[in-house]
Amino acid sequence: MGQDGKCESIRQTQRSEKAEEIRRVCREVRKNVVAMIGAAGSGHPGGSLSCVEIVSTLYFGVMRVNPEDPNWPDRDRFILSKGHAAPTLYAVLAEKGFFPKELLPTLRKFGSPLQGHPDAKKTPGVEVSTGSLGQGLSMAVGMALAGKLDRRGYRVWALLGDGECQEGQVWEAAMAASHYKLDNLAAFIDFNGLQIDGRVEEIMNPSPLADKWRAFGWCVLEVDGHDVDALLEAASCASESRGAPTAIIAKTVKGKGVSFMEGQREWHGKAPTGEELSRALEEVGRA
Amino acid sequence: MKATREAYGETLVELGRERPEIVVLDADLSSSTMTSKFAKEFPERFFNFGIAEANMMGAAAGLARSGKVPFASTFAVFASGRAYDQVRQSIAYPGFNVKITASHGGLTVGPDGASHQALEDIALMRVIPGMTVIVPADAEETRQVVRWAAAHDGPVYIRLGRSPVPDVFPQGAPIQPGKASIVKDAKGRGFEAMGPAGTRDGLDADVAILANGIMVSKCLEAWEILAAEGITSVVVDVAFVKPLDEKTLLELADRCGAFVTAEEHSVIGGLGGAVTEFLSENRPCPVVRVGVRDKFGQSGTPEELLTEYGLTAEKVAQAARKALSLKRPDLRTRM
Repeated sequence: MGQDGKCESIRQTQRSEKAEEIRRVCREVRKNVVAMIGAAGSGHPGGSLSCVEIVSTLYFGVMRVNPEDPNWPDRDRFILSKGHAAPTLYAVLAEKGFFPKELLPTLRKFGSPLQGHPDAKKTPGVEVSTGSLGQGLSMAVGMALAGKLDRRGYRVWALLGDGECQEGQVWEAAMAASHYKLDNLAAFIDFNGLQIDGRVEEIMNPSPLADKWRAFGWCVLEVDGHDVDALLEAASCASESRGAPTAIIAKTVKGKGVSFMEGQREWHGKAPTGEELSRALEEVGRA
Repeated sequence: MKATREAYGETLVELGRERPEIVVLDADLSSSTMTSKFAKEFPERFFNFGIAEANMMGAAAGLARSGKVPFASTFAVFASGRAYDQVRQSIAYPGFNVKITASHGGLTVGPDGASHQALEDIALMRVIPGMTVIVPADAEETRQVVRWAAAHDGPVYIRLGRSPVPDVFPQGAPIQPGKASIVKDAKGRGFEAMGPAGTRDGLDADVAILANGIMVSKCLEAWEILAAEGITSVVVDVAFVKPLDEKTLLELADRCGAFVTAEEHSVIGGLGGAVTEFLSENRPCPVVRVGVRDKFGQSGTPEELLTEYGLTAEKVAQAARKALSLKRPDLRTRM
């Protein structure tokens, strides 16, 4: 018992150190996301800021990847199905060392590898090309099937938007994932409650989301999507799932970290300019 | 006589034995697309996605990204239409190595009617950057292009038919996938004589008739009709609608100076579209297109439908006469 207790406390210490490191990454990523979108003059700050903790936690606390060898066959895979959050993915990949951070300010500019939405051909570490909502989970299903077929131990992580769950293809993929018992697959739902035209529940209510995923044969976890410890715990739980994929519904705040963007739908697809940008940078820098 | 989908099913099994990375996907039509043969022999490498074509195409993209060579099959109308956005965004944009092999293309689906008769699929697939688009004429050509596609790195769309079609190519014919095949020259010589080492003097004719799919054998009948009238023609199988064999088209433009295209597809955007686009920019000369004239299909037997929509040997011959009449002798002599 004594020995077990010791191991447990070491694990907890390691985990809290890991969480601290991830929170540091999140601060960097948030700053970069705001700066990139500001420099680009267009983009999607709201949904990029809502998923900073999710993506950072995966890359810095969960996934095995090798920035030196982005196509390493045994790597864990991340699919950003909500492709408009590309700035967050780019900032995390740069932080992880897939490409130099100096590229970040080229976001959305002519000739840049950092396209408005992820382009697997142009950016190291980007697995697939996304941007047309609803398609990422299907590709994740294909990757998870290949992993099973090849008996490789990698895991596939997808990130979907809550509004994105209005797309029918998401549910086709959900059905297939449980049909093929893809326990090497997990999907985060960035539940920030807003989409371009308004509140998700007013535009086309996807709730009750947890019940829907459960009904499609998935294990379901619900977490605070900005709580790194909770996200680590959820990912670890998903990794232990046997016989079924896991959906992690992460409650988030759209525009998280910039007071005047938080919970405001007009910041879905608008870049901050001038005074707004300075304020936003100041707020995320202070955090 | 054999349906191209039959040849596809058999070739997939051979490929499955040779290459472990080949996987096959279907959307509840495996007994029609003939992927069921592969499913029977390699159940662990066959994935049925049910009636969910969009998800099937996305999963094919994911499998390709993981090093597999997926063949994804359903009816042409669903592969190209229902799942268009998935083919464009998930497969073609990142350039993933997915082979979309679509059966039941065109009118010869028959009694199922317009909802199941793809007459726009070639146009839809051809416009996607990087997509190779192939319409084989018979069982032998199907075997060869399916093998070619499995070896080629990049997205491919292969269109197959439901009904048995006459053999155009002898078994083991030295088809060069990607190159147009002269199936009958002006002197009446068949493919063997015109193979890679064959002579080219039979290409001097009044008109070149370009066709793919089921229309190749119809055009061979048209050759006879025209010959009886003293009109010489060359029948060319252009299975690769994209990329086009531009070299052969230029040679035929110089030697014949007039074209007919024939396909079981809309005259808009398919083989006729591709050929006219290329020739008008490079060697303008008359091209008369045989195909469905901007209409939906309907129920009927394949032969009834082909007659109704003008996909017959007589209509090809008529088109050839028109092409000849459009040829301007004053320009021809100066070339």
